[in-house]
Amino acid sequence: MSTTLAPPRHDPAWSGRLFWLLAALLLLWPLVVATEFKPWTLLAPANLKVTGQFLATFLPPAHSAEFLGMVARETWRTVAIATAGMVLALLLAIPLALLAVRVLSVSALSGRMALRSAWLRQLVRWLLIGLRSVPELVWALVFVRVVGLGPTAGVLAIALTYGGMLGKVYAEILESGDAHATETLLRNGSSRLQALFYGLLPQNAGELTSYTVYRWECAIRSSVVLGFVGAGGLGQQMDNSMKMFNGAEVFTMLAVFVALVALADQVSAGLRKALG
Amino acid sequence: MKLQIDAVAARHPAASQTASPALRGLSLQVLPGEQVAVIGPSGAGKTTLLQVLACALPPTAGSLLLDDANPWALPRADLQRLRGRLFLAPQVPPLPPRQRVVTAVLAGRLPALGTWASLRSLFYPGDIPAAHAALARFDLADKLFDRVDRLSGGERQRVGLARALLAPATLWLVDEPLSALDPSRARQAIATLVQGAAAQRITLVCTLHQVEVALAQFPRVIGLRDGALAFDLPAAQVSPELLARLYDQHEDELHGPAPGALDTAAATPPAPAVMHCR
Repeated sequence: MSTTLAPPRHDPAWSGRLFWLLAALLLLWPLVVATEFKPWTLLAPANLKVTGQFLATFLPPAHSAEFLGMVARETWRTVAIATAGMVLALLLAIPLALLAVRVLSVSALSGRMALRSAWLRQLVRWLLIGLRSVPELVWALVFVRVVGLGPTAGVLAIALTYGGMLGKVYAEILESGDAHATETLLRNGSSRLQALFYGLLPQNAGELTSYTVYRWECAIRSSVVLGFVGAGGLGQQMDNSMKMFNGAEVFTMLAVFVALVALADQVSAGLRKALG
Repeated sequence: MKLQIDAVAARHPAASQTASPALRGLSLQVLPGEQVAVIGPSGAGKTTLLQVLACALPPTAGSLLLDDANPWALPRADLQRLRGRLFLAPQVPPLPPRQRVVTAVLAGRLPALGTWASLRSLFYPGDIPAAHAALARFDLADKLFDRVDRLSGGERQRVGLARALLAPATLWLVDEPLSALDPSRARQAIATLVQGAAAQRITLVCTLHQVEVALAQFPRVIGLRDGALAFDLPAAQVSPELLARLYDQHEDELHGPAPGALDTAAATPPAPAVMHCR
């Protein structure tokens, strides 16, 4: 260690970093072409005029008693679609997540998981992928055909897609937390459900709660989108107003969305505080 | 419960296949109701030995017999039932931070409860007097309804030990129960364990860093070094020379305080739940 080395002239990681940066730019180019990404069309004078006219109709927002009454009814229906969809999704997601989660495997406590359990877990994961890879909009279009126009189609669509999403993320949350308490309970002879209720859930309750409320918020937003294809609620009314270029009504309904999302945010913060 | 291991070798599942095993050809017999302390320098294989005895880690070689039966030959459901008859207390207390102390202690009873009874106990604690009595023996009776994350490290460790008093077990395997306790608490905790085990004729195997505690409280002391047996003697026959040889080149562990600094400071506030954007 007596020979003094010259200080290095270059960072050896530099060439690799430069290569990947250029490679990313090169890859981005065909994507831009494929999506016909031309943001400057937004600023073309003709388009600016149309945008300006539509935005100008936003003010003053619609506020007749009759309209506000209708918005209140439809808001209630939207929240009901989102909540009912979430409840059905939870009924689907919770058992699937518990089947998929590795931490609750008794055979994996000591070495490798038993083959049959490993396969069951993999099958459940595939089922979850299938459920959530079909967007709720597509499910809604299917169910509108089956059960007709109305909120039922929206509820079923949210239940299926969100069941897949919640199941996957619940399983991931339960696996990413500290498994020490759960593992010790299983090692001391508890059943899987007991280990879940006495170890895994109290360990991860905060994350599970905030994720569930966040998904409820997403369900409200997506029930609006589903309204556009005839699944009822505020979205359907918004679709009508958009088609009539009635900016004032659109603006009022957008304000209601903002209020709903803010409410979900408050609920999440409150619940997390209550859990500590 | 009667324990017997013959020429057992074991390696932690996470350890690489080329690493030398944590236990190398260890043979041992412990009779029902016997109380044994396991001492030895860090890395001697004390924790691995407890895990092998607890059916948490299958031995890579040799045989393990609990009450003259090989647990690894049992079907999985029977093995899990057998695990309910032993109690393994890890060195780090396995307590979820948001759980209340009463729930954490009553969790020791789970193997004896059905699913429905254990759910009902979450709603309204099933046996508050038993949890209170177990905590009182560790001087924690006033913490019964506190949350675990409000406790200090030493208090958590004692809550983890109080759980043993409620477990439907005939074998206690306790890993370093004193690592976060100050000397007077440590004496009290180990005395409670020893008396509790003796009262119910429970077999007790306890790893310890505090050699003087092991010699004072346990009739039989096993010295472990490099995964092999250094000595297995009645406490009165463990001489200073034997200890010097056991802790050769680890003298600081023989004389100094236990590793894992005392943690009696106030508990840190719980980490906020991380928001996932998925």
